[in-house]
Amino acid sequence: MNLADLADDPLLNTLQRAAFDWMLDTVNPVNGLVPDNSDAGAPASIAVVGFALSSWPVGVSRGWISRERALALTLSALRFFANCEQGGDQTGTGYKGFFYHFLDMETGRRVWNCELSLIDSALLLAGCETAARYFDSNTPEEIELRTLSRGLVASVDWTWALADGGTLSQGWHPETGFIRYDWEGYSEALILYALALASDTHPIPPDSYRAWRLTYQWENIYRHDTLYAGPLFIHLFSHIWLDFRQIADGFNRDHGITYFKNSTRAVQIQSDYARLNPRGFEGYSADCWGFTACDGPIGAMHTADDTGRQFLGYTARGAPFGPDDGTIAGWAPAAALPFAPVPAMAALRHMLRGYPGMLRDHRFLGSFNPSLPGGGPEGWVCPRIYGLDQGLLVLMIENHRSGMIWDLMRDSPVFQQGLRRAGFKGGWLDE
Amino acid sequence: MNEAIFDHDTTDPRREIERNLRPEDWCNPVPDGRYNLAVIGAGPAGLTAARIAAGLGARVALIEANVLGGDCTNIGCVPSKAIIRSGRLHADMARARHFGGVAIEAIPDQALALDRVRKAQARISRSETAALLRAEGIDLYFGKARFADHRSLRVGDTTIRFARAIVATGGTLLPPDVPGLAEIGHETVETLFNRDTLPRRMMVIGGGPLGCEMAQALCRLGVEIILVQNTPKFLPREERDAAQLLSESLARDGIQIHLNTTATRARRTAQGKEIALSTGGDTFAITVDEVLTGVGRMPRIAGLDLDAAGIKADPVTGIAVDDFMRTSNRRVFAAGDVCGGYMFTHVADAAARLAVQNALFFGRKRFSRLTIPWCTFTDPEIAHVGLYADQAFSKGIAIKTYTVLMHEVDRAITDGEETGFVKIHTAQGTDRIVGATVVARHAGEMLNEITLAMERRIGLRALSGVIHAYPTQSAAIRSAADACVADRLTPRLRRVSGWWMSALRRAG
Repeated sequence: MNLADLADDPLLNTLQRAAFDWMLDTVNPVNGLVPDNSDAGAPASIAVVGFALSSWPVGVSRGWISRERALALTLSALRFFANCEQGGDQTGTGYKGFFYHFLDMETGRRVWNCELSLIDSALLLAGCETAARYFDSNTPEEIELRTLSRGLVASVDWTWALADGGTLSQGWHPETGFIRYDWEGYSEALILYALALASDTHPIPPDSYRAWRLTYQWENIYRHDTLYAGPLFIHLFSHIWLDFRQIADGFNRDHGITYFKNSTRAVQIQSDYARLNPRGFEGYSADCWGFTACDGPIGAMHTADDTGRQFLGYTARGAPFGPDDGTIAGWAPAAALPFAPVPAMAALRHMLRGYPGMLRDHRFLGSFNPSLPGGGPEGWVCPRIYGLDQGLLVLMIENHRSGMIWDLMRDSPVFQQGLRRAGFKGGWLDE
Repeated sequence: MNEAIFDHDTTDPRREIERNLRPEDWCNPVPDGRYNLAVIGAGPAGLTAARIAAGLGARVALIEANVLGGDCTNIGCVPSKAIIRSGRLHADMARARHFGGVAIEAIPDQALALDRVRKAQARISRSETAALLRAEGIDLYFGKARFADHRSLRVGDTTIRFARAIVATGGTLLPPDVPGLAEIGHETVETLFNRDTLPRRMMVIGGGPLGCEMAQALCRLGVEIILVQNTPKFLPREERDAAQLLSESLARDGIQIHLNTTATRARRTAQGKEIALSTGGDTFAITVDEVLTGVGRMPRIAGLDLDAAGIKADPVTGIAVDDFMRTSNRRVFAAGDVCGGYMFTHVADAAARLAVQNALFFGRKRFSRLTIPWCTFTDPEIAHVGLYADQAFSKGIAIKTYTVLMHEVDRAITDGEETGFVKIHTAQGTDRIVGATVVARHAGEMLNEITLAMERRIGLRALSGVIHAYPTQSAAIRSAADACVADRLTPRLRRVSGWWMSALRRAG
């Protein structure tokens, strides 16, 4: 049976459950860490842990795990991060309240000389805050959980990470200091700024948010007025937690758009680009798209139509400027469902029908590239499952089905404070 | 016919260039009293200034220390554009199947390509020969000039007295900042085009405009190229999407790209020239046959005795001029690369025109009023005019950008030249054009329409009313203008229009 033959809700339930189970199968129950991807020996990614912490409550509400188990997994993670080594040395876990991007699954220590990552720390903290909102009973364990979460949020020294010009740095290496290029243009850092502004202990000034916004590109592309960012994930990540449907900041008010509506347009641009298919890649159509940060084939290769092309490996693909090498993230339409339910569902069904091999055990693999020769219509298929994709699917499908994460986080005093300081008004912020 | 021009021309181009631009048997004239204008340097700025002044009846002395034409003709724009054209041929041949052909033996002949460069230089030199300048009434002196005092120059033993002077000595390449590289030797654009063949494997250090242009052209001519750039993107001043498209194109051509990478040391080994590279804490070495660098330029002011004339200058930023191109000596003006800032031939030319007007006719033309475009001649070309988005922001101008992808343009599709875009920045809520970036195979040609609009203060909406011949690639600009017009159709206007239409229907 092809998944595409299922009705909407059973289909989404199957995909969401499979994604959830991947995290449940791979989590280290001792420290709550979840691997970056399905490779043997893959390290944990703190962003994936943030997605997992947000996903456990979804599993409880869907009856996929018990509240006790979800609580235990959450506490493991929060206790680990609250007690880890924060000395800023080369093999620790974090510094100044931030954490290294990739950690050893067992020891929880830094691997690959990776950076102390601001955005990934923010995604982790968003998971902590989700857990703190969900586990609201007055049992000793749930009280401890909320205390730990508050402590983690409070211990981040955001002001330390302010770069010249007042914006937040991308990250820091103990070997070489701050990464010298900052965020440029609209990006997934919206949630990072909301957290940094919200801090009671080390808040960044509201001017910092405005400084970040200065590099926004307000463009008319394919006849859509849009706050441009090429890769789709940028239009999704902050929206996992924050319901931008009715709230607006100064930029939104000046331009008559919400960030939510902007993500809808980004989906439309992805679809338009795929329909035009300027580089002549296999499979692209209005119902087959997904240009975002994902894995892909790498190096110079011959495509099925025998033209030489350069393939880009893991990179942030985007529409309409590229980079584009024919690689599609099959999970993109499902993750975009809240923003464009009808076209995204049409694309999801079209792609499930045409490219069943983009999934393994009902789980989306990282990406596929039908322009390259391969075992099936999918052509090249990414051999790996990525934790970020699975977490994003659990949470975005849930928002589409029930709005659960948005409902939870609307009551978060942390995010309310951060958004208000950023100048957001309207909708649920005024209630 | 175009293709016949170079092939049937059997003159040795090296000798012709020398004869035209630096004749061996040249006798310097003897000054006959004070000149209206003395021009030091016969590059683009100096030639323009001297010719305009002479055309207006001024007595003009033009002094050149080396050869006529300056960097533009001899080492810069002209030779690089000629070699780029040869590279483009091979890029097209590699895509022959796409256009319905089979390219047999599409092997680059580097010696022929280099010879073609010199033939192009020779052709262009025919319009600016020493004999021609003399015939135009210019007193042309070959030799090094230096100021004797506020109102006179010395060239050898000759004293040249002037009422006004323009310094247009241009710039020189900065020495390489890679330790060891000067010792083992390297190519610069000054030396590259004198070669008879190209090296097999070459490292280009510096991913600015010239570095990218040369890396791509030489790679297409069969040189294995390693391109090293110390910032996260090529062409750091250009917009992110432009640099991104260029990166992809360079990779497609087969260039080995190292961004965020610094060359830290160079040494000679038995295998060739070994360059140590450093990126984010990692270090590694690459061995090549030759290194091309010399990306930075500095003003050429040494030996001019500027102090003697009371002209203030800085070794890095060059001769200090005001907005009228006047130096701290009120009789002396300067134009071109010697003033620092935008080091482009067309800027030098524009500044020279302005300097002549201001020097000889008490003009009050301001440099800051000029609308200055520029273009990097990679494939695709990257052309820009006016403000970048971030510059607009820092000036407090909110902008809206009208973007048209080249893959939406019919003629770009039929030509198989779909890479790129037109982005026109307007002040938010108006149609005033504040800047534009065009990335396209012929971006430099397309940009001129936008530059014209900016210079003449024509709004973007007006361009929508300009009929563009169909199909042309510059129709992309009209499409952007159409989008700007469509913005006026507010929901309220749309309602009014709908009401009018229904009234028309009822009226039958």
